[in-house]
Amino acid sequence: MHPDVVVVGAGIIGAACAQALKARGLTVLVIDRHGPASGTSAAGEGNVLVSDKGPGPELDLAKASRELWPELAQDAEWEEKGGLVVATTPEASEPLKAFAAGQRAAGVDACELTADEARSHEPHLNPEITAAVHYLQDAQLNPVKATRTLLRGIDITRAEVSATDGRSVTTGDGVISCGAVVNAAGPWARTFGVNVLPRRGVVLVTTPIPGTIRHKVYDADYVGAVASGDADLQTSGVVESTQAGTVLIGSSRQRKGFDDAIESKVLKALARRAIALFPMLAHVPVMRAYGGFRPYAPDHLPIIGEDPRIPGLWHATGHEGAGVGLAPATGRLLADLMTGGTPLVDPRPFRVDRPEVMV
Amino acid sequence: MRVVVVGAGPAGMAAARTAADAGAEVTMVDSEPDAGGQYLRGRARFEHSGVTHLKNVEAWLVEGDTLHLRGPRQLRFDALVIATGAYDRPLPFPGWDGPGVITAGAAQALAKQGVTLGERVIVSGTGPFLLPVATALQDLGATIVGVYEANSPARWLREPRAVLANRHKISELASYRKVLSRLETRTAVIAKHGSRVTVAKLDRHWRPVSHRTEHADLVCIGHGFLPRTDLVPNAKRTNDFLDVDERQQTSVEGVYAAGEVTGIGGADLAEAEGVVAGAAAAGLEPPAEVLDAVRRGRLFARALARAHAIQPGWRTWLSPDTTVCRCEKVSLEDLADATGMRELKLTSRVAMGRCQGRICARNASDLTGVPFDGQRRVIAVPIPLGELAELPEEES
Repeated sequence: MHPDVVVVGAGIIGAACAQALKARGLTVLVIDRHGPASGTSAAGEGNVLVSDKGPGPELDLAKASRELWPELAQDAEWEEKGGLVVATTPEASEPLKAFAAGQRAAGVDACELTADEARSHEPHLNPEITAAVHYLQDAQLNPVKATRTLLRGIDITRAEVSATDGRSVTTGDGVISCGAVVNAAGPWARTFGVNVLPRRGVVLVTTPIPGTIRHKVYDADYVGAVASGDADLQTSGVVESTQAGTVLIGSSRQRKGFDDAIESKVLKALARRAIALFPMLAHVPVMRAYGGFRPYAPDHLPIIGEDPRIPGLWHATGHEGAGVGLAPATGRLLADLMTGGTPLVDPRPFRVDRPEVMV
Repeated sequence: MRVVVVGAGPAGMAAARTAADAGAEVTMVDSEPDAGGQYLRGRARFEHSGVTHLKNVEAWLVEGDTLHLRGPRQLRFDALVIATGAYDRPLPFPGWDGPGVITAGAAQALAKQGVTLGERVIVSGTGPFLLPVATALQDLGATIVGVYEANSPARWLREPRAVLANRHKISELASYRKVLSRLETRTAVIAKHGSRVTVAKLDRHWRPVSHRTEHADLVCIGHGFLPRTDLVPNAKRTNDFLDVDERQQTSVEGVYAAGEVTGIGGADLAEAEGVVAGAAAAGLEPPAEVLDAVRRGRLFARALARAHAIQPGWRTWLSPDTTVCRCEKVSLEDLADATGMRELKLTSRVAMGRCQGRICARNASDLTGVPFDGQRRVIAVPIPLGELAELPEEES
C-alpha cells in the first residue's frame, strides 16, 4: 500500500480533502482512530452559513463552499432553510444593520426585515426584537451523511496516527509510506505541529415540535462571541429545527481542554438565551444535550497549506465551528495547492507560517 | 455527613435506613408517590425519623457534589447512592410494536394496580421474572395461554454452586405452581399479527426450528433487564451494569450503587447491597454477615445472567421491515453500516426519539455489530427549557 496521499481524520474536512484529491486522480487513504464523522463533525448542527462572517478571507471561503455544497450534499438532507439574525436590544440594532450592509457589499444575500416581517417568517419570535436580517443562503445538512457521501469510493482505515514526516505516517499497526500527508485531525491537529486548541460547545435538543421554527434564528451578538478569544464561558442564542422536528439550541464557547463534563451553568445560559428569542420554548422539554470540541486557531482563521518545516505535510484544520460550511472549498483549495492548480480563493490568509499558528 | 439516595426500592430504602442509623443526614429521592420501587410497589411502608423522603421528584444530573432535581432544586451530598433499578429489555419481532404487546414489567406494574390489558395472555422472554408476571395476571382472571422461556433450564445444571448457596431462591418457584404447567422452555413468540401469535421452538442459539400459531390478545415480553444508569454516565460498567467494589462504590469516588443497577439478583440481594452502600456512604464498616450475603447473592446473580443470557439467534426473528426503534419508526433495513453509535444514529435516526434509545439502542447495536457505547445520556429525564433557565447561579 503506497497511496499518493494519506489524510489523517475522517471528519467533514478530511472527507472533503480526500474527495477533492481523488477527483484530481490521486489515490487517497483516509485514517481515523474511530470512523467517519466521529468527532467534531457530528457534534454540531450541520450548518452551512455565510451570515456569521464579515467581509474577509473566511467569507470568501464560505461563499465558495456554499456554491459547491448543493451538488455534493444531495443525499445528506440538504435544506436551504435560510438564516434569520435578530437584534434583541436597542443598542444591537444599528451594528447588525451595518454588519449586514458590509456583507451585502461583499456579495452576501442579506435582506433587512422589519420586526413584523420577521414575525411573518417566524411567528413565535419574541415581538420585542429591534432589528432582523434574513440571509437566504444559509443552509443546513446532516453532517454524518455528508461526510459519508464525500468518502464514497475512498479507502478508510481505522488506526491512530502518532507521527508523520510528510512521506509516511506511523500508526499502531505500522508505518504507511505515501506521497504526502494531510493533517485534518480537527481539535486534535496539534499533535502534528499546528497551534489548534479545543473550544468546547454544547447543544440542547428538545422533543419534536415540527413546523414551529423554520429558519436558523440567532442573536446578533453571536458574531461577537465567535470572534472572541476569551477562554471563559460565552453563550449566544442560536435556535433551529431539524427535519425530525426537534429543536437544536446553542451556542456555547468555552476553553477548558478536552473536559467534556456537562455543566448546569451552560444549560441555564443556553436555555435563557433561547427563551429570549422564542418565549414559547419555555414550555418545551429538552430531551438530550450533546457537546463537542471546535478546532480553534487563536487568530480565528482556518489553516490550509503545506507546512514549511516538513515538506509533504499539509494542514487542513482550525475551522472552529464552521467546518461543515467551509469543507468543500477547503478540500478544493488544498487540492489546487497540492497539484499546482489555480487556487479557488486567495490561499495566503490561510497559510501555515502565521505567527499564531506555528508551534 | 450528608447522604443522598436516589431510588426508594428495596436497595434504596435499605441504604437510606442504614446510613441514617449510622448518624448521617439522609435524603431519599424517588419519582413515585410511595416507597417500594417496582418490586414492592404499593406494598412497602417507609418511615424513618432520620430520612427525608422526597416523593414524586426526578433527579436528572449529578454535577460534582450536587444532585439536580426537577423543580429545579439541588441537593448537596458528601456521598451519593444510586439505587435506580432496571427496566425490561424487549427484543423486537414482527408485530412487537403493534397493539397487544407490552413489556412484562409494564404488565406487572398494571397488575399491581388490579389491571390486566388482555384476557388470553402469553408471557414470553427469558428469566425467572416471567413466572410472577404470569401468576399476577392469572390471579386477575386472565387465561395464560403460555409462559415461554427462550433458554433451557438445563443451563442451571452448570451452576451448582450458585444453586446450593441460594436454595431459598429455588423454593420460590413453588409459589408460581399455578402457571408452571403453562411453562414451555426453548420457546418464544417470534411474530404477532392481530391475535395470531407465532410461537417457535428454538435451538440453543434461539434460532427457530419449528413454529405454530396460538391466539392471544396480549403478549408480555421481557428478555432480561437494562440498568438505569443515566445519572452516572462516566462510571465504569460491565455489560451495561455498574461496576462496584466490595463496599458498593462505583468508579466515581463518593458515588455508590446498590440493587439492580449493579446486576439482576432479586430483592434480597438488592437489600443487602443497600445496607452495604448505606453503611459505606455514612463512613461505617459494613456488617460482615451482610457482605457475606452480598457475595452469596452475587453468585446467584452471575449464574442467572449466564443461564438467561440473550442468544444471537433472535436476530433471525426480524424481517427487513420490522421496527427496531418505535419512537422514530426505524426498521431493520434502515440501519446502515456504521463504525460507531453516533454515526448509526445520525444516519438512521435510531435511538434519537423520545425514549432516547432506552428501548432500542442495545438492540440496534446487536443487530448491526456497532459496538454499544453505553448510551451516555447527560440529562436523565426531559426538562422544560423554562426550568433550566431558573437554575441557580454558580454555587459556591
